[in-house]
Amino acid sequence: MNVIQKIGLGIFIIALLIFTASLGLDKYELTSDSLNVSNEYHAAEIIEVAEQEGMLETSYNSSFDFITAFKGVLKKAQKSLSAKAKENGVPEGVNEWDYKMGDWVLKDYILFTVKRSATGPVSGNPLLFLFLTFGLGIIGGLIYILPKFNLIPGIKNDRIYHRPMTKGLQLSVRSFFLGATIIGVLLYGFYYMNNKYFWPAFTAIVALLIIGMVWFVENQKQKQPPRSASVDFSGWLGILTGVYLIGFYVLLYWKAEFITPWMIITDPISLSLSGNEASQWFLYGTLYTVIVLVMGVRMMAKYRHNRYQLIRTGSVMFFQTAFAFLIPEILVRMNYPYFDFKNIWPLNYTFFFDWNIQNLINSGGLGIFMLVWGIALVIIGIPVITYFYGKRWYCSWVCGCGGLAETLGDPYRQLSDKSLNAWKMERWIIHGVLVFAVLMTGMVLYTYFTGQRQILSFNSDTVRSWYGFFIGAGFAGVVGTGFYPLMGNRTWCRFGCPLAAYLGLVQRFKSRFRITTNGGQCISCGNCSTYCEMGIDVRWYAQRGQDIVRSSCVGCGVCSAVCPRGVLRLENSAMDVNTRAQELRALHITDDKIALIE
Amino acid sequence: MHIAIIGNGISGITAARFIRKLSGHRITVISAESDYFFSRTALMYIYMGHMRQVDTQPYEPWFWKKNKIDLVKDYVEKIDTNAKTLHFSKNTPLTFDKLIIACGSKPNKFGWPGQDLNSVGGLYSLQDLEAMEKGSKDLKRAVIVGGGLIGIEMAEMFHSRHIPVTFLVREKSYWNMVLPAEESEMINRHIREHGFDLRLSTELKEIVDDGSGKACAAITNTGDRIDCGYVGLTAGVSPNIAFLKDTKIETQRGILVDENLETNIPDIYAIGDCAQMRNPLPGRRPIEAVWYTGRMMGETVAYTICKQKIAYNPGIWFNSAKFLDIEYQVYGTVLANPPENHISLYWEHQDGRKSVRLVYDKDSGEILGFNLMGVRYRHEVCEKWLASKTPIEEVLMNLGLANFDPEFYDEYEAEIVAQFNQQTGKNLQLKKRRGLSAALSFLKKTVS
Repeated sequence: MNVIQKIGLGIFIIALLIFTASLGLDKYELTSDSLNVSNEYHAAEIIEVAEQEGMLETSYNSSFDFITAFKGVLKKAQKSLSAKAKENGVPEGVNEWDYKMGDWVLKDYILFTVKRSATGPVSGNPLLFLFLTFGLGIIGGLIYILPKFNLIPGIKNDRIYHRPMTKGLQLSVRSFFLGATIIGVLLYGFYYMNNKYFWPAFTAIVALLIIGMVWFVENQKQKQPPRSASVDFSGWLGILTGVYLIGFYVLLYWKAEFITPWMIITDPISLSLSGNEASQWFLYGTLYTVIVLVMGVRMMAKYRHNRYQLIRTGSVMFFQTAFAFLIPEILVRMNYPYFDFKNIWPLNYTFFFDWNIQNLINSGGLGIFMLVWGIALVIIGIPVITYFYGKRWYCSWVCGCGGLAETLGDPYRQLSDKSLNAWKMERWIIHGVLVFAVLMTGMVLYTYFTGQRQILSFNSDTVRSWYGFFIGAGFAGVVGTGFYPLMGNRTWCRFGCPLAAYLGLVQRFKSRFRITTNGGQCISCGNCSTYCEMGIDVRWYAQRGQDIVRSSCVGCGVCSAVCPRGVLRLENSAMDVNTRAQELRALHITDDKIALIE
Repeated sequence: MHIAIIGNGISGITAARFIRKLSGHRITVISAESDYFFSRTALMYIYMGHMRQVDTQPYEPWFWKKNKIDLVKDYVEKIDTNAKTLHFSKNTPLTFDKLIIACGSKPNKFGWPGQDLNSVGGLYSLQDLEAMEKGSKDLKRAVIVGGGLIGIEMAEMFHSRHIPVTFLVREKSYWNMVLPAEESEMINRHIREHGFDLRLSTELKEIVDDGSGKACAAITNTGDRIDCGYVGLTAGVSPNIAFLKDTKIETQRGILVDENLETNIPDIYAIGDCAQMRNPLPGRRPIEAVWYTGRMMGETVAYTICKQKIAYNPGIWFNSAKFLDIEYQVYGTVLANPPENHISLYWEHQDGRKSVRLVYDKDSGEILGFNLMGVRYRHEVCEKWLASKTPIEEVLMNLGLANFDPEFYDEYEAEIVAQFNQQTGKNLQLKKRRGLSAALSFLKKTVS
């Protein structure tokens, strides 16, 4: 690392610290203006209670105190409105729940009230803080990345396994993080969905843990260290990064009221794009796009000798910026529905939700077009394009999740588990999620068309909130991205994404795409397998001279790029795909010809 | 039948795998070097941090058990050919019905003073790697002796840790006994571009002891003293057969084998780096310490033992390497000092890091070889052209079939054809561009 890069890294770290610290710089004061409640009965009651409780116009030093106090006020207001409704009845011509305050409105009330109640340096100077966080982060990142363009072109993976950021962790440490995260998310889910299931679920999980530990000890004797395990626990920088990311996602999805200063920071951008103030999702979208762009530049620096990587990286940067970020906001500014044209069901699992369909149908010609476009992509677009080019056209050229994985996640691609066990688990889990997504959507549509909520013994609303909570947020976000430094950059794409599963089925059984192997040139060095982010043991095929057709391959092309002997090539052709992808193609065994052994 | 295999490198392991595919014989693989088969070709990547050692193991540990291949970690001290018994340094003796010796090579040492000091070593085994790792601590400079494939790997390894390297090459130009002059010069440039201190026409004379039994400097035949903390010896390898000297197995430089890879003792075979062909195949050397030939020998010996006797036939020569950032592939005959009837069509990219050389016969016009730097060509297509003695014109017109570079890479075949036209006054047109379908159709077509 040269001096310039060190300066860049320093600036980036300063930006990261300011970004983190900005959450605690403001004070909070509830006023009648800062209360974000449009319902007049609710607003009046809340103000009244707040005044009684001494909260109104009182300054709180932290969002924690403020939120606790405000929640208390809301509870009281809820109660007193119910009491009033019971005593005096609901005012004439007003719906019961427009008068009484249901639990479901609280989340929105809290989030934006907290945001608007902030006073202090961040809310007073959002532009300044936009520069100090995003701005400095981008500048520092680029100062760090740009000198890499000066190196001699070629694969530069030196010291990846020496760095505490990228060397990965032992299986046991990884499993601990994964287990703790899953259990945490599950327990929180039960708490969040319905309190009364919390303790039964907790008991069940404890029971499973005991069974698991017994099973683990029983099997330990035969257990050999898997090939993907790291040598030691020294990947501490990776752990820190992972914990930061996991924390970010937990706050983003479930406790956004604690990150309102970040939303305030992105307000200036949101106002100039859609005219609305920034929500936590706008904050996320901005951060996501900035990261894809800056780390995309890094990707281009690293692979600048490889035009496939340059074009592909340019493509994910473009689709993220234009399709996922700008176009939806501009649509909103023009009073059209927010719509990401490249986000396809079942990855976009809310596409067939009643409110989305209703919203699109009510939005005139463009809304109908969006509805038809979304359905056409699923039933025509995916099979046809995947037949010609493999699933890579989506997963590593267009998709936002793929875009982040290929840019921010590139330093961690070697951490995917290549063991046969991992492959087995991958097939069960990803196809399980696909089935879950299809069933959930089927139930939601059934409810949409028939009005029936109860299907067999399941309530379609419950199923859909569990899907959103556990798969949409927990798996795709917390585990999917939070685990980049722990389990590699494609954890979600490999184990969880239902769309990847669907694309994979097409790719595996009806596609011209494959990775071809260059005759007998493979030396089994293992660079291809090591740097396969999907955990495919590419070498297994390459050393046999076998063409590779795997449902999980996203066609990133890095195996071909890191191969020191020019053995692998991503190709599209239907010819001979069955015979050339056979288990064994031994070369050079008979007298004068290349022959297959049966 | 019990088949014992000494050595768990690519030759021994390929033999074991194919014996298992072809039979239910009991198989024991013996190695003193490592618990499991790993790719020696990837040693450098472990040091450079591209991979961990586990990543260089092509098969997970369960593979050996599942395929009933017994692994023994021990050193074979003695082979009793009469009693068909192996004697180990630790374990109890093991009897065999058939024995395959695949014990590989060791780095050459030419009697340099100081060659056995600490911090002097080659790069062949896991133990060499460990020595390098140990020697790299606080290392200020390394000197590497020998201008071959392992030398440049070692230089790249030290370079990856920002340890300055002085690279002593005996020849006038890097690897010029194998590479033609232009390619050799390209690598000279590339080595210097990376900042190595490349000293051509320079030999090692002596390694200086720092007084504690550790190397502290290298002295060259030009009288220069280079202070350094590590000396890499990479002047080739030779068969590692010292442990056979009291047996009846006939050896010269390597273990002598017939065309079935059998030694003078029945039921004992030798394959890989340690085998020396009694009657080398035309155009081939008696000992070829090459990864690919080791693998082919492993397949051949498995076939001979399990099915019917089959003569070792490696087919058309091919090889590959990577010199820092420049990949190298060769198919067929491309000689550094070609005879008068070998004509070269040499094209080099303006960036000086890519080239294509086609060698053909002056009289018959048939294609003889391909030498690629920084450009990837299809093995099977080149091999088919070579095997069917295709005329150079036909090869050139279809040259795109051979291109194996990734998608969106520039294709240089038209430039190569144009250069041929310019040199010969002919007017060929490139008919085929890069693409899998066309290449496969060509491969399926029977040659008339």
